[in-house]
Amino acid sequence: MEQHDINVIVNGQKLRRRVSARQHLIDFLRNELSLTGSHLGCEHGVCGACTIQVNGTAVRGCLMLAVQADGASVDTIEGLSDSGAIADLQDAFHKHNALQCGFCTPGMLATAAELVEQHPNADREEIRAHISGNYCRCTGYHAIVDAIATVLDARRKAAGGSGA
Amino acid sequence: MSSAPPVSFFDRPNSYIGRTVPRPNAKKLLQGRGTYVDDITLPRMTHVVFVRSPHAHAKIIGIDRAAAQEMPGVIAIVTGPELAKVITPWVGVLTHMKGLKSAPQHALAIDRACWQGEAVAAVVAETRAEAEDAAEMVVVEWEELPAVVDMEAALDASTPVIHPELGDNLAFRRELVTGEVDAAFAAADHVFEEVYHTGRHTGVCLEPRAVLADYQPAEGKLVAYQATQAPHMIQNLLAKHLNLTESDVRVICKDVGGSFGIKVHIYPDEMATAALSVLLRRPVKFIADRLESFVTDIHARDHRIKGRIAVNTDGEILAFEIDDRTAIGPYSVYPRTSAVEANQVVNLVGGPYKHKAYRASTEVVFQNKNVTCQYRAVGHPVACAVTEGLVDLAARKLGIDPAEIRRRNLIPDDAYPYTGLAGLPYESLSHHASLDKLLALMDYDGLRAEQAELRKCGVYRGIGLASFIEVTNPSSAFYGIGGARISSQDGCTIRLDPTGTIICATGVTEQGQGTEAIIAQIAATAVGVTMEKVRVITGDTDATPYGGGTWASRGAGIGGEAALQAGKALRQNILAVAAAMLQAAPETLDIRNGTVVDADTGNERLPLEEIGRVVYFRPDTLPKGLQPEFVVTRHYVQKDYPFVFTNGIQGSYLEVDTETGFVTLLKHWCVEDCGTIINPQLVDEQIRGGVVQGLGGALFEHCIYDDRGQLVNGSMIDYLVPMAGEMPDIIVGHVVSPTASSELGAKGAGEAGTAGAPAAVMNAINDALRPLNVSLTAQPFTPESILLALGKVQAGRK
Ligand code: FES
Ligand code: FES
Repeated sequence: MEQHDINVIVNGQKLRRRVSARQHLIDFLRNELSLTGSHLGCEHGVCGACTIQVNGTAVRGCLMLAVQADGASVDTIEGLSDSGAIADLQDAFHKHNALQCGFCTPGMLATAAELVEQHPNADREEIRAHISGNYCRCTGYHAIVDAIATVLDARRKAAGGSGA
Repeated sequence: MSSAPPVSFFDRPNSYIGRTVPRPNAKKLLQGRGTYVDDITLPRMTHVVFVRSPHAHAKIIGIDRAAAQEMPGVIAIVTGPELAKVITPWVGVLTHMKGLKSAPQHALAIDRACWQGEAVAAVVAETRAEAEDAAEMVVVEWEELPAVVDMEAALDASTPVIHPELGDNLAFRRELVTGEVDAAFAAADHVFEEVYHTGRHTGVCLEPRAVLADYQPAEGKLVAYQATQAPHMIQNLLAKHLNLTESDVRVICKDVGGSFGIKVHIYPDEMATAALSVLLRRPVKFIADRLESFVTDIHARDHRIKGRIAVNTDGEILAFEIDDRTAIGPYSVYPRTSAVEANQVVNLVGGPYKHKAYRASTEVVFQNKNVTCQYRAVGHPVACAVTEGLVDLAARKLGIDPAEIRRRNLIPDDAYPYTGLAGLPYESLSHHASLDKLLALMDYDGLRAEQAELRKCGVYRGIGLASFIEVTNPSSAFYGIGGARISSQDGCTIRLDPTGTIICATGVTEQGQGTEAIIAQIAATAVGVTMEKVRVITGDTDATPYGGGTWASRGAGIGGEAALQAGKALRQNILAVAAAMLQAAPETLDIRNGTVVDADTGNERLPLEEIGRVVYFRPDTLPKGLQPEFVVTRHYVQKDYPFVFTNGIQGSYLEVDTETGFVTLLKHWCVEDCGTIINPQLVDEQIRGGVVQGLGGALFEHCIYDDRGQLVNGSMIDYLVPMAGEMPDIIVGHVVSPTASSELGAKGAGEAGTAGAPAAVMNAINDALRPLNVSLTAQPFTPESILLALGKVQAGRK
């Protein structure tokens, strides 16, 4: 099996690892680094359970190879939690019970984090559209939309408040 | 404020019952720090991948594993006959379902595969990737056999019999007649009839089925980490078929990523995984991938029902009649059986209405497709679609408003106790209060006006209603009397630790619905501590009282009642000790917020920490004869009814694009009655999640097989499920009629959403298309089926 050396920053930590050419990024994170927060729901890019951030953009870990992460900065739910970057989203999800079994949640949060960064003015319908690639079988989505809308609102208020 | 001690625990100061509090276990899930089975790694762990039949029905002529055996990392390649030496086969029947038959089923097929996806060999390797590579090198020589795929033809003389020793392909038949059915139909002003189809669905839990079996040969112990809803049931089955002592089997389920009935069964590949661990004397992990989930996770809801309704011109319903046919795959699933769904359809059709005559027949047949069994809201959405479809059909034909025909026929709210026409008692339902609440929530009249206005501009919007009854809190009438060792009772053990913390171990399980939160709320209230002082243990057969787990909406009603009784008993025991320490009468004391207080004044006397310190570390200071009992267990089983029925009603508002056939869900409402509400937010989210599963069934989900028994849409790309973009906001309302069968009064809420949503959508689509004289009755209602009905495209292009 063909092997490659990669340099990658995972959750802020510089790593050098030898990976096989065919290993997916998600398997690398879960199996080699024990970062089991990212989940596998379909392994073909449909469910979004494996969503992580690569260089700040939401990416499906099951569609990217570990070698492709060479030189990149990868953030998983563990890192996003520890850095406090998505603390407000996590609080809002908790308050709105925007999770049940929690299996979709790390991927959902990574996608939501991208939304609140890139589309601060998204309305309910735009929130629904943005998270439409993330499958949740448990919640019915309503509470997730509520939670994200609350965060957008709070962030807008905070931004407006300091600017005014 | 009265100073008398509270009369019921609901009125206790600082009661958590009825309060929305965040789930204590959600934080770890939000940080990705849950523990699902695939997250667990054990020393010397191996991975199994199954070689599965590509054919719906085929004889195994030979299995050549020579090349595969040479692949790197391969530990063993095991066939059916080899595995059968360590695990016995099973037959999925229950004795109280008269006439139900099935054939012995093996963990790995022995000489014949009976559906596409049946496992015929197991490849165990060091890593999953190595096991997958090797599995591809296993060569199976097949002789394809004729496959039974069409359920309507399954009983024809010309159709091959799947299990010749059973004589025919009929697994189960039930007939039920109540009242003067023929007379009712003869006397009615009108009889309307229709044929309904419900699609074959599957649960698509986001976490696939998963088990990590760890046989420890030194002790003869088997530990199975399993994504399951019923750990004690799994414990029993593993012990029985692997010839182990039940107490030597421990089943642990930590976090479970969705279950919905999919994970309340035992599957042959899961049994095989446990057997492989025994055989190889080391841990074996099996995680289904999504493709094998589609062909092996149980399917459900594949019914064709001919329905008739007898009505008078004023809309009075006189009788229902159904003729149901369903197919369950080649085996009745063990141990719950695949006949339960059809049985439930018979039990539930016509359930909300006060007609006096009902005839039902159902035939359950074998076929060469994946097995079907109990999936969320078993039978409910099928029965509800037929009942509510027929009621709307009658309303439409008679020119009566759908809300009005229901008002005239729903069982009155003061008619209880009442026996439904399937012979099942209803304790106390609230159909009319629910209907009124729903219409108000929807602004029904306003929506009708908007609909009429938009109709003028060629916009086709529809409003659909669907009433339902719901089976919850099952007694042992469900499985126990049929001989299945599935517990209908549950227990809760609560102990007080020296720091004043209480630890509750419960037999009901957590799959995200919030079991741990509500058990904590109930226990905190019953003992008198704050929720921060409560820990809950679930999902471990070594650590929790024996119980049934979570299915049929029994967690809150059964597990919750056990927690309440255990909590109350512990409180009494603590007060007895406090009374001795304070030299007071126990009845003058109470526990509030973790402190013993004077019941009258609320004056603080002793914190629980202090009692804990004395009892555990300085018992020498206690009176000689006093033996504190700070671990208490109570059990509860619901014995008053076969099930505690609940009810509810849903409303759907949607728009049909008659050019594209697309349905846009605009808004959805559900009003239900789950008795005592323990945590309003959790109940609402249960309902919403259930509604969305029902909406999926109505509009997207369908396991499509071709006529050779091949599943043609077995991937998430092809099997559509609801995503956020297509789903509407869902408004939830409640009517509260506590059950008197328990002190807590809680009924279930898990099925309600899924039960009524498809019928509401069907009725709404047909309401929208009414001006075009079109109606649809076969789920799912896809754009293609709508365009076909509208005559805009031609059939036959497949
Ligand atoms: S696992 Fe990657 S999208 Fe489903
Ligand atoms: S919470 Fe279970 S899949 Fe989203």
